[in-house]
Amino acid sequence: MSSQNRPLSPHLDVYKLPLTGILSISHRMTGVGLSVGTLLLAWWLIAAATGAESYATVNGFLGSWFGKLLLFLWSFAFFFHLCNGIRHLFWDAGKCFDKAVVEKTAKAVLIASVVLTLLTWVIALAGGTS
Amino acid sequence: MSMNTPLSKALGLGSAKEGAHHWKAQRLTAIALIPLSIWFVSAIICLAGRPYADLVGWIQQPWTATLLILLLFSLFYHMALGLQVVIEDYVQATCLKITLLLITQFGSILIGLASIVSVLLIATGD
Repeated sequence: MSSQNRPLSPHLDVYKLPLTGILSISHRMTGVGLSVGTLLLAWWLIAAATGAESYATVNGFLGSWFGKLLLFLWSFAFFFHLCNGIRHLFWDAGKCFDKAVVEKTAKAVLIASVVLTLLTWVIALAGGTS
Repeated sequence: MSMNTPLSKALGLGSAKEGAHHWKAQRLTAIALIPLSIWFVSAIICLAGRPYADLVGWIQQPWTATLLILLLFSLFYHMALGLQVVIEDYVQATCLKITLLLITQFGSILIGLASIVSVLLIATGD
């Protein structure tokens, strides 16, 4: 049996990933990133249960420029993973597999995650003092 | 080259009957997390910059505590399943793979439980 003419996986170092491929790996990367962000959420809750002082320490960190940067990145990762996750659920239901549709929903996911992230921060910064 | 059929190689190595459970649990927690996470992020935006007492008062409402615990359960479950797949796919060295799996799976349970206990403590505190 010859194995010469079998299709090869793309050589990733010379292969330009299409947008759909970038989104695919980004789903996993944001998932891992959100896991790190979940540690922040746990720290925040545990501090809130410990008392007002511990809570103030965590809030001080989250209010610093570095904390805000982490929260901003977390919010984008969250909205991306949410929107692309919904796209995945449609695929799991066997829908929206057409190539043209897949490309369209890829762009829609990107636009939606950027818009939702910006909208969240506009509301948060306009509503509160932090 | 072995003359064994693929079936005889696979026999006795354990069944694959629970593969669908992982897949299903990941999707079900994903579906649960859509409304729960949107609710949580919206609530946090409203609470941003408000004093500690406001947060405590919010968590002490029965529905808040209930939804928070459901959110945390689904979130940490979804996270453990996702991290498991990523590690199994990309880490090849068996020793490192098992170490990372133990850390992420036990870690998810530990930190997830600590978060849920924190919510309960705030909810039942005075």
